[in-house]
Amino acid sequence: MLDLLKEPVLAVQEFFLLTGTALRNIFRTPHYGDDIFMQMDLLGVGSLPIVVLTGFFSGAVMALQMYHALAQYGQVGRTGMLVAITLVRELGPVLTALMAAGRNTSGIASELGSMKVTEQIDAMRALGTDPVQKLVTPRLIAVCVMLPLLTVIADFVGIFGGWVIGHFVLDLPSRQYWSSAWHALDWKDVIQGLLKPFVFAFAIALIGCFYGLRTSGGTQGVGRATTQAMVTASILVFVLTLLITKIFVSQAAS
Amino acid sequence: MSAETREPVLRFENVTVSFDGVPALTDVSFEAYEGQSRVILGAAGSGKTVLLKTALALVKPDTGKVYAFGNDLTAMREQQLSEVRSKIGMLFQESALFDSMTIEENVAYPLQNQKSIQCAPADVHPRVVQALDFVELGGTLEKFPSELSGGMRRRAAIARAVVSEPPLILYDSPTAGLDPITAHTIIALVIKERDVSHTTTLMVTHRYQDGNLMANFRYNSEQGRLVPSSDGEQQNARTVFMVLQEGRLIFEGDQDRLEASTDPYISKFVKQRV
Repeated sequence: MLDLLKEPVLAVQEFFLLTGTALRNIFRTPHYGDDIFMQMDLLGVGSLPIVVLTGFFSGAVMALQMYHALAQYGQVGRTGMLVAITLVRELGPVLTALMAAGRNTSGIASELGSMKVTEQIDAMRALGTDPVQKLVTPRLIAVCVMLPLLTVIADFVGIFGGWVIGHFVLDLPSRQYWSSAWHALDWKDVIQGLLKPFVFAFAIALIGCFYGLRTSGGTQGVGRATTQAMVTASILVFVLTLLITKIFVSQAAS
Repeated sequence: MSAETREPVLRFENVTVSFDGVPALTDVSFEAYEGQSRVILGAAGSGKTVLLKTALALVKPDTGKVYAFGNDLTAMREQQLSEVRSKIGMLFQESALFDSMTIEENVAYPLQNQKSIQCAPADVHPRVVQALDFVELGGTLEKFPSELSGGMRRRAAIARAVVSEPPLILYDSPTAGLDPITAHTIIALVIKERDVSHTTTLMVTHRYQDGNLMANFRYNSEQGRLVPSSDGEQQNARTVFMVLQEGRLIFEGDQDRLEASTDPYISKFVKQRV
């Protein structure tokens, strides 16, 4: 029984060690600025299309669903409010993070995994570079900066998607939609909506790097690492959103 | 000239390495001196690669000590190691060129990233060109590793290993998976580097003829090719053969003793001789 537990506990310990080293490296030289910007482009700007599409359609679907639910109470005027709150607090951050996990965690894990199995990571160490400094820290910084920005874009496009449905399909007055959406949000929602992607960014970048760097067993191992990284990151996104939501909800109640 | 009076460049002292309880190297001890060539023979999985990685401190031994240039690698932290590593060049088995960089950036990498190598930015390009000319790959600066053939990648990786002119170079199976002609070209480069820059060389291989070339040929810079050593005896004495079997060092000595060995495992390697 103890032997069964040993491996996962060891893995968690290694993950936190990697996290610690990656964070410490932010304040250590050398800094690889080029790599940070390249990763921001690859991981952030590259994710823009899928994030925009996901945001638009989730906003549109929310508007349709909420309109019919609210119609029972004669409150269709509040559609904008519900779309805005669900998107900014929950759906925007979570769906963006899931898309980023699908695209970026797996991308990071497979890239680092292939580097590991072709001895490029060893070569990097042999040539005087700390792989964590050169590979992990730039990806962590890039995702931490880009994911909140992507989430803001997804939130806005989502509310816009809700308006498109409201205006063209449901015949809701535009002014009513936008003003109820605008007034529904307060600072707490915005903070919650920006804190979540920041925390998810750690899971997305570090889980990808962690599984990538511990890849073994050739190309088959790379496939395995990629799948495991993506699944773990996606599950972590859900666990973390529950934890953060719980904190905000209990704060609001007290 | 007695080599033994000098400090060894690389010294293994009862080194044992294991992965998940499975031993990869068991109680290996040897000393490599300046200017020496060591040919490490062994079947697949006999611990040859692990031995080279241990020499670079990429793998930490469970017990025993590894000294390179007088420094105890087993007692050093990762950050301190970079200075010692900058004196050791390594050719990895699969070349291990960085896929995301061009050949020029790959070869320039040690010059730009090894802290202890002080190379002015203006000198980087000429040295890279020189190293690539050395391996006869002058026209590939802008290419990516994936655009080169296996043999060319191996040569580019040799350029990266020698560009910083390290006094000790480790070659991990430089001829593995190559056709005989390309394999000969690669060994010729290894010998050329040894004879032109007088580096200490550790070469892991599973082909006895690679070791035979190392022991009996030298690079003639006028003719630009390998010629049989005129001072055969001396050269032979500087080339030491080591044989690994399942992580144990079962033989260490010169070519004559190797060929005279009656051990069935060793004679299997020697019989391949062409």
